[in-house]
Amino acid sequence: MFTWMVRRLFQACFVVLAMTVIVFVGVHVIGNPVDILISPEADQAERARIIANLGLDQPLWRQYLYFLNDAVHGNLGRSFVFNEPALKLIGGRMPATLELAVTAVLFSICFGVPLGLYAGLKPDSFFGRTVMAGSILGFSLPSFWVGLMLIMVFAVQLGWLPSTGRGQTEVLFGIHWSFLTWDGLRHMFMPALNLSLFNISLVLRLTRAGVRETLPMDYIKFARAKGLSPARVIFVHVLKNIMIPVVTVVGLELGSTIAFAVVTESVFAWPGMGKLIIDSINVLDRPVIVAYLMMIVLLFITINLVVDILYTVLDPRVRLETKA
Amino acid sequence: MTDPSHAVAADAPVLPKEETPFRRFVSEFAESKLALVGLAVFSVIALLAIFASWITPQNPYDLAQLDIMDGRLPPGSKSLSGYTFILGTDDQGRDMFSGMLFGLRISLSVGVGSALFAAVVGTTLGLLAAFFGRRVDTVIMRLVDLQLSFPSILVALMILAVLGKGVMNVMLALVMVEWAYYARTVRATAMVERRREYIEAAQCLALPWRRIMFRHLLPNCLPPLIVVATQQVARAIALEATLSFLGLGVPITEPSLGLLIANGYQYMLSGKYWISFYPGLALLVTIVSINLVGDQLRDVLNPRLKK
Amino acid sequence: MAGGIRTMVRLGILCALATVGQSGGDGARAQTLTVASSAPVTSIDPHYHTLSPNISLHGHIYDRLIHRNAKGEMEPGLAVSWKLIDDTTWELKLRSATFHNGAPFTAEDVVYSLDRVPKVKNSPASFQIYTRAVTSTTIVDPHTILLKTDGPYPLLPQDVSQVFILSRGLGAEPLTEDFNSGKNAIGTGAYRFVSYRPGEKTELERHDGYWGPKPAWDKVSYRVISNDAARTAALLAGDVGIIEFVPPTDLPKLRTDPRVTLSEVVSNRSIYLWLDHSRDGATPHVTGPYGEVLAKNPLKDLRVRQALSIAINRPGIVERVMENAAIPTAQYLPATSSSHVPELVPPKYDLDRAKALLAEAGYPNGLRVTLHGPNDRYVNDAKIIQAVAQMWQRIGVQTTVEGLPWNTFVARAGKQEFSIFLLGWGVSTGEGTNPLRAQIATWNPTRGLGTANRGRYSNPAVDALLDQAMTTMDTAARDVLVRKTTKLAMDDVPVIMLHLQKNIWATRKGLTYEARVDEETQAMAVRSEK
Repeated sequence: MFTWMVRRLFQACFVVLAMTVIVFVGVHVIGNPVDILISPEADQAERARIIANLGLDQPLWRQYLYFLNDAVHGNLGRSFVFNEPALKLIGGRMPATLELAVTAVLFSICFGVPLGLYAGLKPDSFFGRTVMAGSILGFSLPSFWVGLMLIMVFAVQLGWLPSTGRGQTEVLFGIHWSFLTWDGLRHMFMPALNLSLFNISLVLRLTRAGVRETLPMDYIKFARAKGLSPARVIFVHVLKNIMIPVVTVVGLELGSTIAFAVVTESVFAWPGMGKLIIDSINVLDRPVIVAYLMMIVLLFITINLVVDILYTVLDPRVRLETKA
Repeated sequence: MTDPSHAVAADAPVLPKEETPFRRFVSEFAESKLALVGLAVFSVIALLAIFASWITPQNPYDLAQLDIMDGRLPPGSKSLSGYTFILGTDDQGRDMFSGMLFGLRISLSVGVGSALFAAVVGTTLGLLAAFFGRRVDTVIMRLVDLQLSFPSILVALMILAVLGKGVMNVMLALVMVEWAYYARTVRATAMVERRREYIEAAQCLALPWRRIMFRHLLPNCLPPLIVVATQQVARAIALEATLSFLGLGVPITEPSLGLLIANGYQYMLSGKYWISFYPGLALLVTIVSINLVGDQLRDVLNPRLKK
Repeated sequence: MAGGIRTMVRLGILCALATVGQSGGDGARAQTLTVASSAPVTSIDPHYHTLSPNISLHGHIYDRLIHRNAKGEMEPGLAVSWKLIDDTTWELKLRSATFHNGAPFTAEDVVYSLDRVPKVKNSPASFQIYTRAVTSTTIVDPHTILLKTDGPYPLLPQDVSQVFILSRGLGAEPLTEDFNSGKNAIGTGAYRFVSYRPGEKTELERHDGYWGPKPAWDKVSYRVISNDAARTAALLAGDVGIIEFVPPTDLPKLRTDPRVTLSEVVSNRSIYLWLDHSRDGATPHVTGPYGEVLAKNPLKDLRVRQALSIAINRPGIVERVMENAAIPTAQYLPATSSSHVPELVPPKYDLDRAKALLAEAGYPNGLRVTLHGPNDRYVNDAKIIQAVAQMWQRIGVQTTVEGLPWNTFVARAGKQEFSIFLLGWGVSTGEGTNPLRAQIATWNPTRGLGTANRGRYSNPAVDALLDQAMTTMDTAARDVLVRKTTKLAMDDVPVIMLHLQKNIWATRKGLTYEARVDEETQAMAVRSEK
C-alpha cells in the first residue's frame, strides 16, 4: 500500500512537470505576451525594457528554471495581465466556479433521480420513453448552444431571468457567494441548469438502469411479498441500492463539471476560473495558464487517488497492488 | 466527461459469446424504429456532406462568388444576380444552405477523421497491451488511466493552448482525447479473447505475432469497437463545435458548424436567427442521429442487456 | 428558516427597487447606475497598464491634470491652466481638491505621481511613454508647478492628459495589489473605490468632496460583459443602464427599439490595411496570377497600391459589414480634429480604373495575394478582410484570406511575415503627429520613431516635414504643417485606409450619454432625463 502510494505520487509529480514544460514551450512558440499587452504607442526601447522587466528576454530554459525554483517555494509566478500572484487570482475566481459546479451537480440529482425512477419503473409508458429520448438530447446537445437558447428564451424573450453575470453576492467566511442572495440565485439558475444538462441525463440513465436491475431481485420481491407499500419499497429499498453508484458517479463528475464550466462560463459571462483560463490563453498570460493547469491536474490526481483509496477501504476484494 | 454508457457498463467488458451472424445483427438493430430513423437521417446527412460541392448552388469558400451586398438576407430572399437563398445568407453574403453543407462536411470529416485515427492508435495500443501483457500492459494502461482521468475539454484546451488553432491541431486534440477509450475497450475484449483456443492454436502454429494480433484477435474485438467508434464520432463533432465556439477551433475562412453558430450568435438578438439557428439544428440532428444509432448498436452488440 | 425566507423576500424587493432606481424612475432612493463595459479591468492601479478599459474606469476614481471633453478637446482637470513659459518650460496652475482620504491635493502629489510611473513593477505597458518628455519638475508653490522638457516638445499637455494623479501619502513604491484591495485606491475623482472583483465588476460610490459638478449617481457598478450579444441582452433585459461598444450587428434593431437610446460619434480609431514596403524583391504573400514568384515587390509601385485602394467599395463595407457604425476615410483622424485634411477623401470605387492601373503597372492579368488579419481584435475584423478579398477578386487580384487570433497574428506581423494585413490605430491624443510619428515616420529605434510602422514605409520628404512640425511650438502653425505632412504621406498610399469606427453607447430610455471620441465610458456623464 505504501509503495503504491509513493509510486502514485511520483507519477503525479512527473505528469505535472511534463505539463509545465509543454506549456512553457507551447506558449513561447505561439507568441510573446508583451506584443499583446504593450501599449501600441510604446517605442522600441520601451518594448525592450518591458520584456527585460518581465524576464522574457532570458533564454527559455532559464525562465523555466526560475519558474521551477519559485514553484518549489510555493510561488507560481505573477500574472502578466493582472500583476497579482497567479494562484491568488485563480483562488479569487474559484468560489464562483465551485458554487456553479456544485449547484449543477445538485440539479442533476434533483432532476435526474426522479425522472430516472419514473423511466425505470414504467419503461414502456409514453412519459418514460419521452424521458429516455430526452436524455439522448441531453447528451447530444452541445452545451453552448443550449446556453444561447436559454438566454434567448428566458432572458430576452420572456425577461424572467438575468441574461449574464453573477449578480449580488454575500460574504461568508470572507468569500463572496451568490447563492446567499435572491439576485445571485436568479443569476445562477440558467448557467447551473446549462451545466447540469449532461449530468441530468447521466444520473437519469444510471437511475433507470439501476431500477431495472434492482426490481427483479429477490429482496425486492420479498419486500413486496411482505406487503410493504409500493412507495416504501421504491423509496427505501430500491432507491437505497441505486444511490450508491449514483452518488459515486456524481462525485466523480464534479471534477469534469468544473472543467466543463469553461464553456458555460464563456456563454453566461460567469466570472469563474474557466473564463479566466480562456482569457489567459488569448493573451498568453503564461503564469496563469501554467498555474491553472497545474492546479486542475493536481485536483484530478487527488480525486482519483481518493477514489482508489476509498475503494480499497470499502471493498477488500480490490487489491491495489495489482492495479499499480 | 465520462461517457454515460461506460458509466453503466464500464465494469462489464463486452463479451460476444460467438460471432454474431450479420443478418441477426441487422434484424436486431431494426427492432428499434428510432435507431432506423437515426440511421436514415445520418445517411442523408453524410451524403449531403460528401456531395456538397455538387448539391450546393454556391461554393461558399470561393470569395469571388460571394457578394457582401447580399449579406444577411432572410431565408427566401433573392440575390442581386437573381438566385434565391433558401435559408438566407450570413454576414458575408454566403448562402447559408451552401455554407451549412460545407460546414457539415468539415464537422463530419473532423469528427470521423479524428475518430478513425484515434481508433487506429487506440486499437493498436489496446491490442499490444492485451497481447503482450506485463510491462507493456502496465505502461499503456497507466497512460489510459491518466488520459481518462482528465475531462476531454480540458485536454483539448491544453493542447490547443500549446499548439494554437487550426484544423490539424483540433484533429490532433480530438485524437489525444479519444484514443484512450478505444484502447481500454479493445484491451478488455482482447484480454478475454487471447485465452481462447483459436489464439492458442495460432500461437502453436508459430504465426508471427503481428498476424495473430491483427488477423485473429482484432476481428473478434470489432463489435465493441464499433460501438465506441459511433459514440466517439458524435462526441468529436460536439467537442469540435464547442472548441470552435470558444474561438479555439477551425479557422474562420472555412467555418465548421460550430463556428457558423458562433458567428450567428451575435445576430440572434437582432432577430437574424437563421444564421445561427439552422447550423445549430444541423449540428443537433447530426449528433442525435449518430447517438440513436450508437445506442441501439450498444444494445444489440452487448449481450448483457439481452433478455 | 422562516427568517431566511424573509431575508430573501426582502432582498428580492430591494433588487426590484434597485432596478427601478437604475432606470431613473425613483428619485427618492439611492441611485445606482450599472455600466456594462466590454473588456475586463485588469487593475485598479492607474499606472500599471495603458489599457483602455482600465483607463476608462480609473477616470472615475482618479483625476488627470488635464481632462478631455467628449469631443476630445483638452479642458482643465486638476490643472486649471497650462502655458508655455519658454520653449522647454510649461507652467501648470493647480486647483484645490481633496483626496478620498481627506488629504489636500498639492503640487507635491503631481511630482510624486510623475515619479512613480516608471517605477511600477512588472508593468507590461507602462505610462512612461507619457511622462518621459518631462525631464525635471519644479514646485513654485503648492498650486503651481513647472515641467521642463529636453527640447521643444509641443505635445506635453497631450501627454500629461493621460497620466492619473495619486496621493503622495501612498509612500514609496505602493504595490499594485494594494490598489486592487482598495488600500491604495485613493484619488481625487468623482467616485471613491468600494470593491473590485477581477473580470467581474468594480463598485464605486460618490465622493462628496469632489471639486467638479456633482454626479447624478450615488453608486456605480461597473460590470464586465465581454460577449457582445450578452451586453446587448443585458441592456434589453434592464440589467444594466448603459452599455459601451454596442455591437454593430445589433444596431439596426436597437435603433428602432423604444426601450433604448443610442449615442454615437466618429472616433479616432481607424481601420486600414498595411502594405509591405520593407522588401524590394518578392514579398511572401504576393505572387503573379499563376503563383509565380515576382522579381520585385509590386506593393512598392504606387499604381498597384492605388489600384488596390480604389477597388475597395468602402461605402459597401461600412453599410454591410459595419452596419453604418463607421465612416469611410482616407486618413487617421475625423473631421472634428484640427489635423484633419478636408481635401483628403476616400478614392471613388472604380473597378475599371483599378484594372487599368494594374495593367499600367505591368500586371494586366492581376496578382495572387493572401490578406492577413486578426479575427478577435477589432470590430468585425475578420469580416472586413473577407469583404475586401471579395472586392479584389473583381479586378483580377485572386485573394485568399487568413484570419488569425490576435496572439499569433501580432507576433507574426512583428516579424514582417505578412504582405498585406489589417490593423487599427486609435489616436489617443486626438492630433495628427501621433499617427505620423508612430506609423508613417521611418522606423528608427534610436529616435523612437516609426514604432508602429509595421510595413516599414519610408519617405524622406515626409520625415523632414514631420520633424519640422514636431518642433513648432505655435499651435496654429503646427496644425498647418501637420496637415501638409498628412496630405503628402497619404497621397503616397503607405497604408490603404478603410474606415473610422464610430464609438457607440446605448442607454436605457430616460438616460442620456454624450458619445465620446475617446472610448471612455464615464458614469458621471450619464444623466437621467427628468
